[in-house]
Amino acid sequence: MDKLLDVQDLKVHFNIKRGFIEDIFSKDQVVVKAVDGVSFSIKKGEILSLAGESGSGKTTVGKAVLNLVKPTSGKVLFNNEDISAKSEKELKIFRQNAQMIFQDPYQSLNPKQSVIDIVSEPLSIHNITKSEKDKKERVEVALELAGLKPAGEYLYRYPHELSGGERQRVAIAGSIILNPGFIVADEPVSMLDVSIRIGIINLLMELRNKKDISFLFITHDLSLAWLISDRIAIMYLGKIVEMGGPELIEGKCKHPYTKALIDVMPLAKAVKNRTKNALKGETPNPVKIPSGCRFHPRCPHCMDICRVEEPLLANISEGHLAACHLNKLP
Amino acid sequence: MELLKIDNLKTYFKTSKGIVRAVDGVSFSIERGQAVGLVGESGCGKTTTALSIVNLLPENGKITEGSILLDGKDLTKLSKDRVRKQRWKNVSIVFQSAMNALNPVMKVGDQVIEAIMYHNHLTYEEARKKTKELFDLVEIDKNRIDNYPHEFSGGMKQRVMIAMALACDPKLIIGDEPTTALDVIVQAQILNLLNKIKEELNTGLLIITHDLSILGEVCDEIVIMYAGKIVEKGRTEQIYEEHLHPYTYKLFKSFPDIQGERILEEALMGRAPNLSDHLPGCRFNPRCSFASDKCRIEEPKLKEASPGHYCACHYGGVWNG
Amino acid sequence: MKNSEHEIVYKGYKEFFNIFIHNKMAVAGAVILGVFITVALMGSLVYPFDLQEFGTAGDVMNPPDRSHLLGTDDMGRDVLGNLIAGTRVSLLVGLLSTLISMILGTVLGIYAGYYDNIISTIIMQVTNFFLVIPWLPLMLVLTAILGTSIWNIIFVIGMTSWPGTARIVRAQTLSIRERPFIERITAIGADTGHIMVKHILPNVFPLVFANTILVSAEAILSETTLSFLGLGDVSRSSWGMMLHYAFESGAASLGAYWYFLPPGICVVLLVLSFTFLGYALDEILNPKLKRR
Repeated sequence: MDKLLDVQDLKVHFNIKRGFIEDIFSKDQVVVKAVDGVSFSIKKGEILSLAGESGSGKTTVGKAVLNLVKPTSGKVLFNNEDISAKSEKELKIFRQNAQMIFQDPYQSLNPKQSVIDIVSEPLSIHNITKSEKDKKERVEVALELAGLKPAGEYLYRYPHELSGGERQRVAIAGSIILNPGFIVADEPVSMLDVSIRIGIINLLMELRNKKDISFLFITHDLSLAWLISDRIAIMYLGKIVEMGGPELIEGKCKHPYTKALIDVMPLAKAVKNRTKNALKGETPNPVKIPSGCRFHPRCPHCMDICRVEEPLLANISEGHLAACHLNKLP
Repeated sequence: MELLKIDNLKTYFKTSKGIVRAVDGVSFSIERGQAVGLVGESGCGKTTTALSIVNLLPENGKITEGSILLDGKDLTKLSKDRVRKQRWKNVSIVFQSAMNALNPVMKVGDQVIEAIMYHNHLTYEEARKKTKELFDLVEIDKNRIDNYPHEFSGGMKQRVMIAMALACDPKLIIGDEPTTALDVIVQAQILNLLNKIKEELNTGLLIITHDLSILGEVCDEIVIMYAGKIVEKGRTEQIYEEHLHPYTYKLFKSFPDIQGERILEEALMGRAPNLSDHLPGCRFNPRCSFASDKCRIEEPKLKEASPGHYCACHYGGVWNG
Repeated sequence: MKNSEHEIVYKGYKEFFNIFIHNKMAVAGAVILGVFITVALMGSLVYPFDLQEFGTAGDVMNPPDRSHLLGTDDMGRDVLGNLIAGTRVSLLVGLLSTLISMILGTVLGIYAGYYDNIISTIIMQVTNFFLVIPWLPLMLVLTAILGTSIWNIIFVIGMTSWPGTARIVRAQTLSIRERPFIERITAIGADTGHIMVKHILPNVFPLVFANTILVSAEAILSETTLSFLGLGDVSRSSWGMMLHYAFESGAASLGAYWYFLPPGICVVLLVLSFTFLGYALDEILNPKLKRR
């Protein structure tokens, strides 16, 4: 088994806190099923994109995989060890090996820390080295790997002095300084200027190529997913509805939701009247998940069975899975 | 006559670090029923341009030069009071996270009615009737006029904001990143709606965004800004077909081409210049891979490269070999 | 993308100093406070005063003259000397009790803000209790029970003022806890102690500091009030004690303004200086409040 990460039927449910009186008088608990049975695996050096809109649960999956959010049920196996069942103390080694890059470069850095403090902190936390000189050298190496050259110029600056792209690179430097094997990148470029994005994406690819780091790349931008992933999983309302290679995005998809997303994907091409065929309606609240197939209220091909029975992820071809009753038709 | 004609607009801000020349000589125009996209990244001056038009600049901002003609009348010459009365009647604006601009304790319909009644002399019933018509136009169920904002989804709230912007039958609607905070599918729906409004009501649209991908849907003309200046402008088809300015080229290359190959483009390094500094030559030159000595000394003027297609580059169109 | 508006922009010390110097309120507050601190530290060396050194019958309640610049009190003691000696006591009580309040308030506030367990609920209920009960009667009762030594007074004032700080600190902690950089540092493997000390505390500190200065003003007022009401430490002289004796001996009806006016003015000035500093710091450290 060369699976670095193996997620099995992951579920993350949140209980909504309601008023005191309501709690006494009403029997049913309001539960948000943010992630409702997700399974996938990532090999060493592989990039898997988790794509979807808000409410799909993709960010929650990313956090659950790193145990930043406790899974309600299911298993998260990292190097064959179930980390979902471990305590924070036991996870310390795991945390050296699995890191996260966040969406907001403006909020994910402590404004009171200088760059060298931020990037060297993982070393202090894990007692990696005692000498200040060694720390400084490692920080410089990490900063240069992250594209901030010359590193010396950045060491003593503060986040508010840096641009969005530079801050994100600092965050990336902080996450690679421990030489992790796996990084969860949660929408790492969506808050950056458009022309800066490519630089960051290139950096992530370089890290994969040079250091064999696997990535779980969370995004709402299918074109980016197409560009860098080995495999893509499309999520809707807490479940994976389709999974396959980049060809999915080129149109070889078998789920109506994937098709709907592709139809409105950001393209720098003048294609008029594309939006006329946009899918109607909006993603429903995860508190009230539709019966049968979750997508059926918005699906242009909805059949009777879709309202009643939830389709399972089925093999379409080698490496291509989709959860749709249409594929079962003869 | 053009609906909106901006001529050599200069808007400067007085800050503790010096004078920030946020908009430094910008000229373009919008016709009736035409949508113009104002594109650029953070700090390029596009939002400041919009705020200059509706005179919503912060305390330390001032239009130092240039004119803004709306149907022939120069908005920069009007008194503050008259500008306020102009606002919403002739030009309305939809902001970015506009859905957060709704009063949570007031019914959605009432908020639109409020906007209508403030500018027109209508009774409550008449305003209510008009609001229902607007809701139809923006494709919200009329019967939800008495709902509260929290009962609406993000996309629906944005539609309400558009309805509010239409309340006084404006001649021009400015959308400041109108779809940035929305999911892609909802974004497409809103863009479709803007198209519909443009076509049915003959309203002029000024769409401000950093997202090139939405321009093709709605805009007839595109104006690209960098560091307070226009670097390229022209009809949408022209700009999509041929990127004359290196910056435009880099912007477009940031969007992966699904029909092309899966290759990584070369990144644009560095960052946008500080607008309070003295910037000799072309403002883009520090980051331009084709910059020559001429670019570092002499500022390129906006020249017409082909009919209707302008570019501010010494090598416009011929730099990429 | 512009700077997040709710980011507390870190200013280097040099920049902070520059801004401070240019803020009129800050300078005024600092100057007045500086004067008082200097007097407190050096005053008794330059102008010694003995509480037990009573004057003769003819020296009682004399208006200001060359030998007694501010006249004499009801026991024939020099008012100016008393005033100078009192500076030290008033400042000492004010600052020490504020220190207790700040430390307790910060520690408990951060705990209550970071954790959401039964202990934090208890802490918050305790703060609610203290905030609801009127402070003066509470202080009176506590002082009556514990005794009126200076250390008891410091303890009492400290104990009754930490809840206010705790509330503010908790609120700030709650908001910082949700920020992505905390999640990031958790993902890196930091334990709770590290997070609280290295990340939450530095971000909470500026507001706490500004609040502390205002608490100091309150503490000084509290001490003055307690002493005025007769619950002060009789072995030491403070402005409140002076006011107490002035009142007791009928200085007001006797027209002996030199006795009750100086300590009153001193209290007002000192509290004012703290208030100025507090507001000015709040303005400097909280970008949103900055006037253009």
